[in-house]
Amino acid sequence: MTQFWKSMLKSPSGVIGLFILLLAISVAVFGPLLFPNSPWRMVQRPFLPPFTLSTVPLGTDALGRDVFAGMIFGARVSLLVGLVSTLVALVVGVPIGAMAGYFGGKVDDALMRFTEFFQTIPSFALAIVLVAILQPSIYSIVASIAVVSWPPVARLVRGEVLSLRTREYVQAAVVTGQSNTWIILREILPNALSPVIVLASLMVATAILLESSLSFLGLGDPNLISWGYMVGAGRTVIRQAWWITVFPGVAILISVLGLNLIGEGLNDALNPRLSREGR
Amino acid sequence: MLSFVAQRVVKGVIVLLAIVVLNFFLIRLAPGDPAVVMAGEAGASDQVFVQQLREKFGLDKPLPEQLFIYVKGIATLDLGFSFRQQAPVSKLILERLPATLLLTLTAFAISLALGVLFGTFAARFAGTFLDTAITVFALIFYAMPIFWVALMGILLFSVTVDWLPSFGYETVGANLTGFAHVVDVAKHLIMPAMTLGLFFMATYTRMTRASMLEVKRLDFVKTARAKGLSDAVIQRRHVLRNALLPVVTLAGVHAGTLIGGAVITETVFAWPGIGRLMYDALLQRDYNLLLGVFVTCSVMVLIFNLITDLVYRLVDPRIEFAA
Repeated sequence: MTQFWKSMLKSPSGVIGLFILLLAISVAVFGPLLFPNSPWRMVQRPFLPPFTLSTVPLGTDALGRDVFAGMIFGARVSLLVGLVSTLVALVVGVPIGAMAGYFGGKVDDALMRFTEFFQTIPSFALAIVLVAILQPSIYSIVASIAVVSWPPVARLVRGEVLSLRTREYVQAAVVTGQSNTWIILREILPNALSPVIVLASLMVATAILLESSLSFLGLGDPNLISWGYMVGAGRTVIRQAWWITVFPGVAILISVLGLNLIGEGLNDALNPRLSREGR
Repeated sequence: MLSFVAQRVVKGVIVLLAIVVLNFFLIRLAPGDPAVVMAGEAGASDQVFVQQLREKFGLDKPLPEQLFIYVKGIATLDLGFSFRQQAPVSKLILERLPATLLLTLTAFAISLALGVLFGTFAARFAGTFLDTAITVFALIFYAMPIFWVALMGILLFSVTVDWLPSFGYETVGANLTGFAHVVDVAKHLIMPAMTLGLFFMATYTRMTRASMLEVKRLDFVKTARAKGLSDAVIQRRHVLRNALLPVVTLAGVHAGTLIGGAVITETVFAWPGIGRLMYDALLQRDYNLLLGVFVTCSVMVLIFNLITDLVYRLVDPRIEFAA
């Protein structure tokens, strides 16, 4: 583990990524406590430009709501949706991939056809349709992002399990009469973990982009402010008030960038052989 | 070659059938009784009319029979009727399809050409300032949400400097013909196509760079060098050709993402394609139209995947067409 942190901290992208992620998490957790301005309440005149009042540093939107407060509360939604939907996708994808790789044969065929089917469907279009039909809420958004993002997990885990199951220590477990579940959970999956972790960090980034795109199209949870919603709301007044669209977009950009960098750092740290070859 | 194509087409049709079945059940997941929803969309809701709709669309029949009718309808390009727009869904989609094809294919061509170019440069000058600059820009473009890129483009090129039009397919009311019309459409196309292409350009840049660096160290490159071939020839004929394989694979995987991005791009730029149509359907909760566009998008992805599969086999002669 210390070895892991050492190599993680040696990779510049990993360090920058970790820094950005820690910043985003602390904003999401503590921000709303320090800035009690409700993102929904009118606090000043509409279209107040940024950097004019210290109480409303990033100005106000078309309804006089605090842009800065919206960005801080939006961090919660973005990070939460990103993390939870990735977790759900892992919960779906890992067992499917593990079963396909471990049992092989017909089980593998059936599960992989199922996975390929979901990979063929245009994911964003499916997410739009699902949220529209289930009605926009934080649950339907998380569910639809998970539905469109689990297939790569299943394929990755399948590949890993496929190569691990022929190893001698797994064969030894089979010979000693361990159950399939025990072998998959205790012997195989822990060794297949590192590429899954790398993929998961990139999936959180994609999930944040997906959530913001859905909210931008008006499919966000109507009770929660989010960065995508803010950009969408500022779109029609972009000619008068650039700041309403610019700042939340920068927030999305930085968080996604941070997570992508963490993914690269993790890749370097967890697959040192691969990263050296890459240079 | 022919049997390979036939095999892929059969596989595509099976996937398509599965998508249609999924679609059928999604429609039934939509809130409310479909007949009541349709009646509401048509602006009437008395019992007699609802019953008529039920009979007309076979909603009073058992579910398997309804499914059969639905699949049969799609096989004959009948995607249902949009009451909001008062037109058959397939007619609405076919009208909008050319604009979407123009946008997505232009964006795809731009992103692939520039991505491979930048990626090659970065790999050629690996470790230099140029490489770092390209890599950093690719990372940033890769993390920007498409809708935001679109709006920043409008802010820069339409609001700050009035160079490019910010919405539409052509200048309304200009009634241009011939070459002037082509120029007009091209001007409207630049920003949406660049917006949509930027993300993919970043991906192809990263992929080409990584892949070229990997191929560069392989033995056959050393052999080529030992034969006394010039550096340019080695880069172009030996390294790039092999390095392009994963890029082609990636392009196939991205077909769905490209179409998803088109929904956003068309929405922001009021580009009259099926993505914009999907947004309109979404705003009006016009489920028939929404799902019709969804099926169309899936078909486009299937066709695109088939084409990339063929290209892959053309670029890499080692892969045989027989399965």
